[in-house]
Amino acid sequence: MITRTYSKVEEILKKYEYKKEMLIKILLEVQKEYRHIPRDVVNYIGTALGIPPAKIYGVATFYAQFSLKPKGEYTILICDGTACHMEGSMSLVKAIEEEIGIKPGEVTPDLKFSLDKVGCLGACALAPAMVINDEVYGKLTGEKVKEILRKLKERKEEEQ
Amino acid sequence: MSTVIANEPVLKSPQELFDFIEKLKEKRERKLQKPCVYVCVGTGCTASGSRKVYAKFVEVIKAKGLDIKIEKIDDDDEPVKKTGCCGLCSLGPLVKIMPSGITYSHVTVNDVEEIVERTLLKGEAIERLLLTDPITDKKVERLEDATFFKNQTFYIMEAVGTSECESIEDYMARGGYSSLAKVLSGMDRLEIINLIKASGLRGRGGGGFPTGLKWEAAYKSQGDIKYVVCNADEGDPGAFMNRTLLERDPHSVLEGMIIAAYAIGARKGYAYIRAEYPIAVEMFNKAIEDAKRYGLLGKSILGTDFSFDLYVKEGAGAFVCGEETALLASIEGKRGVPRPRPPFPAQSGLWGKPTLINNVESYANVPKIIRDGVENYRKRGVENSPGTKMFSVTGPLKLTGIIEIQFGTTIRYILENICGGTSNGRKIKAIQIGGPSGACLPEELFDLPLDYDSLKSVGAMVGSGGIVAITDDRCMVEVARFFLDFTKRESCGKCVPCREGTMQAYNILEKFTQGKATYEDLENLEYLSEIIKTASLCGLGKTAPNPIISTLKYFRPEYIEHIEGKCPSGMCTAFKKYVIIPEKCKSCSLCARSCPNGAISGERGKPYVIDQEKCIKCGLCVTKCKFGAIELVG
Repeated sequence: MITRTYSKVEEILKKYEYKKEMLIKILLEVQKEYRHIPRDVVNYIGTALGIPPAKIYGVATFYAQFSLKPKGEYTILICDGTACHMEGSMSLVKAIEEEIGIKPGEVTPDLKFSLDKVGCLGACALAPAMVINDEVYGKLTGEKVKEILRKLKERKEEEQ
Repeated sequence: MSTVIANEPVLKSPQELFDFIEKLKEKRERKLQKPCVYVCVGTGCTASGSRKVYAKFVEVIKAKGLDIKIEKIDDDDEPVKKTGCCGLCSLGPLVKIMPSGITYSHVTVNDVEEIVERTLLKGEAIERLLLTDPITDKKVERLEDATFFKNQTFYIMEAVGTSECESIEDYMARGGYSSLAKVLSGMDRLEIINLIKASGLRGRGGGGFPTGLKWEAAYKSQGDIKYVVCNADEGDPGAFMNRTLLERDPHSVLEGMIIAAYAIGARKGYAYIRAEYPIAVEMFNKAIEDAKRYGLLGKSILGTDFSFDLYVKEGAGAFVCGEETALLASIEGKRGVPRPRPPFPAQSGLWGKPTLINNVESYANVPKIIRDGVENYRKRGVENSPGTKMFSVTGPLKLTGIIEIQFGTTIRYILENICGGTSNGRKIKAIQIGGPSGACLPEELFDLPLDYDSLKSVGAMVGSGGIVAITDDRCMVEVARFFLDFTKRESCGKCVPCREGTMQAYNILEKFTQGKATYEDLENLEYLSEIIKTASLCGLGKTAPNPIISTLKYFRPEYIEHIEGKCPSGMCTAFKKYVIIPEKCKSCSLCARSCPNGAISGERGKPYVIDQEKCIKCGLCVTKCKFGAIELVG
């Protein structure tokens, strides 16, 4: 059982004035804070906004941005839009699997990396592209992806 | 960067705004005559490192004391400026130096010092950094001289290379917000609506519905509360012109929305932007704040009794939210599920109130139409599709990025005279236009003029404006499968034809790409596509089979060949097999040990063999083999 103080959630709720119509924005911020939508937080928000938790689950499972499972510290988004797909985005997925051993939708056991395939990042002219924590990488190859991941792993180890 | 200028005016009447704009116009003229660096910070250039280049310019110029030496026109006139997307994303980062106008491509941090020294200070061009025009094969000094730009028709994308994307003052200096002033200095509401109707502006979101008619319907709807909504949920894979527009000129969209609100009598509005576009969200929020500061948004705009408030709502990653009724549900904080129309949003939209909903690009056209007149607008384009359209062009072309053309331009013109043809020497066999709801058009149709009605006549649509060039080494069945994979995931699940239909269609297409399809599957696929098209509830389902229908129409032989056991482009790996070349195999057993499905066997001293029944074609063995003994054939 996770014991959580809900001060952070409360802060987010206050920012949006406990408005029901702001549910999506609230969930986006919760997702950013906890890297997923924790179940207990769903109940908390439900009570605060007067929305049944089932409705919140409905919203949280409908939109691709939300996840009920924790995401990694580095969230890797591989673009699989038309342009990227044609330029071989699936080979990048393979390269990532070889380097850190996860497939789209999975997280590394240490919660450092998570991988997801997304529709389009709007960086089509640089296909194939990926985004790691808001940073866009374009014109990638399997080798380049592995190198980027290796650097991130090193950076992680240095910090510790 | 537009920092807040001390005692800047809150504009209290349309006349004050007119006067202010005139003052800024004159300033801008003078700004462009003195040394200055413009660095493109569009998405493409940013991903290629343009923000680092920008920072380096600031650093070098400061170190040389040039920030003091170069005369300033006003307080916030910095010698290095960020400019919005120039469209030529594949050559980024792009840097333009004024007053010479010399433009460089692929600029790196290491080039900055030399550029400052030679180009900014002495006006010399650095040969190696100039962009090569792939059409004339010559180096060009100025951006305007490149064929890529010369052959486009700029209307919404103004001041390419020198527009300051973060500055409301720069937008005003280009004549921005003068339409708002014109409207508020006494234009009648119906007069505005009639003007939009007369211009023939059609919805840029894809459907091409006349914008003026939408405005009229929202105007006529009874109700004390009305809303204006901007649809910036650009979910089409392969399209990014809405994003570009929001990031390079957010005020043009904002001004269009304020005018729309005035025309239909709304006091509140929302811009629905995808959360995947964080920069666009940030830029639009900043634009709102800046407009408020000048009294162009909020209470009593320009001292009149018209008030309008605008908020940004972020999407959370659902393609179906591009459909207007789904988008409205999402703004209300619900699941983005569409509902049947009528009633149309103009009658009953957000929270049941009359709502006007238009695309980003449609709004951006409005200020221009009001400022320069209907006649000027109709100079571009063709009779039934006047004006211009932004397209994002991608694929293996020499130049890719964002372009703006007038309606009626042919596909061939775009591919050859703007983008310079293919980059890999292959032949372009098709283009995919309009995203997942669009179609694949073959080479025979490349002379078709791009406009709403011509495209509709061949079963395609403008869509939001994504064009992907497909070369002859790509498989059209795989293209169709790719799009159905997308639509089946994005189907909201409310209606059966779309939810189950796209799933079944996908399964059949997968059989094709895996080499398991029969002639019966072909028939079923055709039958199913028609059902999904006719029976689905919303636009997503109605258009989802378009990629199938168009490829079946124009590339039927490719489907047949898949049934007969061959993928003509060689893209579908299922038709290929991995084989071990006996002469090269040293029987080291590395491949057999790495095979995840135990498909490789052999014994010492003899070449290994792959059991084709068991092989899952993952290709792992090829990467493991140290002797290059495994090849893909077929």
